[in-house]
Amino acid sequence: MQNLGLDILDWISIERLLSGLYFTLEVALISIIMTLFWGTIFGIIRTSNRLLVRVPFRLYLEVVRILPTLVLLYLLYYILPAIININISGRVVGILAFSFWGIAEMSDIVRGSILSLPKHQRESALAIGLNQFQLFRYVLLPQALKMAIPPALNLSARIIMTTSLLVLIGVQDIIKVGKEIIEYAAMMNNPMAPFWIYGLILLIFFMICYPLSKLASRLTRKH
Amino acid sequence: MSYLQEVYPLLQSAFWLTLKISFWGILNAFILGMVMSIIIFYRIPILSQIFNGFVAFFRNTPLLLHLFFLYFGFPRAFGIVMSFETTALIGLSLLGSAYMAEAFKSGIQRIASSQLDSGKAIGLNPFQLARYIIVPQAFTYSVPAIGANCIFLFKETSVFTAIAGTDITTVVINLISNNGHTNENLLFLVIAYAIVIIPFTIALTFIERRARYAEFGA
Repeated sequence: MQNLGLDILDWISIERLLSGLYFTLEVALISIIMTLFWGTIFGIIRTSNRLLVRVPFRLYLEVVRILPTLVLLYLLYYILPAIININISGRVVGILAFSFWGIAEMSDIVRGSILSLPKHQRESALAIGLNQFQLFRYVLLPQALKMAIPPALNLSARIIMTTSLLVLIGVQDIIKVGKEIIEYAAMMNNPMAPFWIYGLILLIFFMICYPLSKLASRLTRKH
Repeated sequence: MSYLQEVYPLLQSAFWLTLKISFWGILNAFILGMVMSIIIFYRIPILSQIFNGFVAFFRNTPLLLHLFFLYFGFPRAFGIVMSFETTALIGLSLLGSAYMAEAFKSGIQRIASSQLDSGKAIGLNPFQLARYIIVPQAFTYSVPAIGANCIFLFKETSVFTAIAGTDITTVVINLISNNGHTNENLLFLVIAYAIVIIPFTIALTFIERRARYAEFGA
């Protein structure tokens, strides 16, 4: 072990990795915002008892539960350009796939927490003459959304981890940048490069996702 | 249709390989996870800290990177080269055991403390306590979480594409880039996951109902 190959971790590599991380996080952040917003709305709609509402949403959820996110990504990646005749970038496909998956999960979280509220909350609200909108706005949502925060945080961490799949449809994310650095290092005869670069990227993902899930479990314990 | 017949043998073997790796990976994960959760529960010094860190790390990093690290980084740096199948199996077992340990941990936490106290009072040693009181009850409590983990892990096998394996997702994507027929290939891929997960989900709801008979005082 005369040469650990640590020189691959110079400032140029780290700077490039961070710029890749920026694109990764951008996709993740847009997906998370879409997930939280539409997931909440779909979750509220899904508390309805009407068959016409319940069945389609249930089907949507089951599709997401059955398909791996990567398969979803490939489906959109190959099918979307065939349906609408424009070139869609990998990043947009990624955002659509991650949001499609996230919204389904989030709607289930929100629906679950609304339904777990005691029945008398709904009944008393209706008894004092609140309408449906007021019932959700003032009684159900403030309580349910507070309950939904820890699972939503966990879901966000999972979305950030899932963005690692972007490299498989050729998006210039942090892993793709890492691969390029490694390919360059291979030309310079540095066999340790994959070890350090992938190790570093693992650490970066951990540093982003760990605080989120830690916060989630702390909030869960408080309740 | 004739196209699918032509490539069917290829798809079939890829499908079986995916099933095989999933089965052994999930089994490993199950056993490792149970052992780790018990060690964490007994707060065995050093080991329990290591396993706590292990669970936190693997639950907060993507499988794709574990695979890259295992396949391109770790072994090559030390002069060991692993096959695709070995890497995939190790990757899935490590990831899975972290999730399974978490599932068992929450199962153990739900065991009534009176159960543990009574066990100690009648003179069970820690091993017997785990064997007769903790494992059976933690298992029944965590059946839903374990089932969800199995589905999650089976779906994660699609990520094996990252190290260019011969699992079902990789083979389908390779077929698309080589001979086209996008729709047929993707349809097969979707069906492959559906025919495993749908019966499993149905079986799981059944098992969950049965497992509840074993819960004490609940």
